[in-house]
Amino acid sequence: MLFSAGGVVAAMLIPVQLFLFFLAFPLGWLQGPSYDYLLSLVRNPLVRIYLFILCSLPLFHWAHRFRYTLYDGLKVKHLTGLIFALCYGGAVLGTVIAAYLLWTI
Amino acid sequence: MSEGTSKGAVSYTPFHPRWYRPRVSVYWWLGEWHYLKFILRELSSVAVAFFVIETLFMLSALHDGPEAYMHFQHSMRSPLLIALNLISFFFVVFHTITWFNLAPSAMPIRMAGKRVPDALIAAPSYVAWVVVSACVCWLVLR
Repeated sequence: MLFSAGGVVAAMLIPVQLFLFFLAFPLGWLQGPSYDYLLSLVRNPLVRIYLFILCSLPLFHWAHRFRYTLYDGLKVKHLTGLIFALCYGGAVLGTVIAAYLLWTI
Repeated sequence: MSEGTSKGAVSYTPFHPRWYRPRVSVYWWLGEWHYLKFILRELSSVAVAFFVIETLFMLSALHDGPEAYMHFQHSMRSPLLIALNLISFFFVVFHTITWFNLAPSAMPIRMAGKRVPDALIAAPSYVAWVVVSACVCWLVLR
C-alpha cells in the first residue's frame, strides 16, 4: 500500500521537482525563486502537506524496492533482518526529519 | 532404544534430503534485456531516495536562513551533484514511464466485452503527469 502510493507520488512529482530544483536552477537554465518567495511558499499549510507527502511516501517506495533488489537481484540472502531494518528504518527516519523540518520551518 | 527407531514410528534420516536447486548466479539479470530492465527499474528507487535526501537538505537550508540557503544553492552547482542529478533524472523518468505502463496490466478494463487498449488506460496518467508538472512549474516560477 505504502509502496504503490509512494510509486504514484514518485512518478507524478519527482521528475518535475528534480528537474527544476536540482538541474534547471543550479545550471542557470531557469531563474530560481528568491529565498523569501520560496520560504513563504513552504510555509503555506497545503505546500507543507505536499512536501511531507513528497518526502515520506517515496522513501517507503524505495525501502520496499531496494530491499527486494538486494534480495532477488544481488542475492544477498543473509543479513535479511539488517537490510529490513536499514531500509524501513531509513524511511521512518526520513519521514521524521521531514515532519520536523516542515513543522518548524 | 532411541525414539526415532521405535517400532511403527517414522524414521528420520539425519541428513537433509537433496533438492534440485540450481544455483543462480549473482549476475543473472545481465544476460537478457528484460531482466536488465527489471533491475534498472528497481534501481530507480535509489534515485528516488537520493532526490528525497537532497530535498531534505534543501528544506533544512531554508529552515536555517538565507545564508544557509545560498550555501546550499552553491553546493548544488558542483559538477558531481549535477552529474548525479542528471543520471537520477533519467532513472526517475524511467520509473514514471514503467509505472504508468504497468496500470493496464494491473487493472485491465473491459468494455462491451472487449479489452480496452493498453494505451488508452495509460494515457490519463500521462495527461495527469503533464498537468501536475505544469502546476508545480507555475507555482514555483510565478
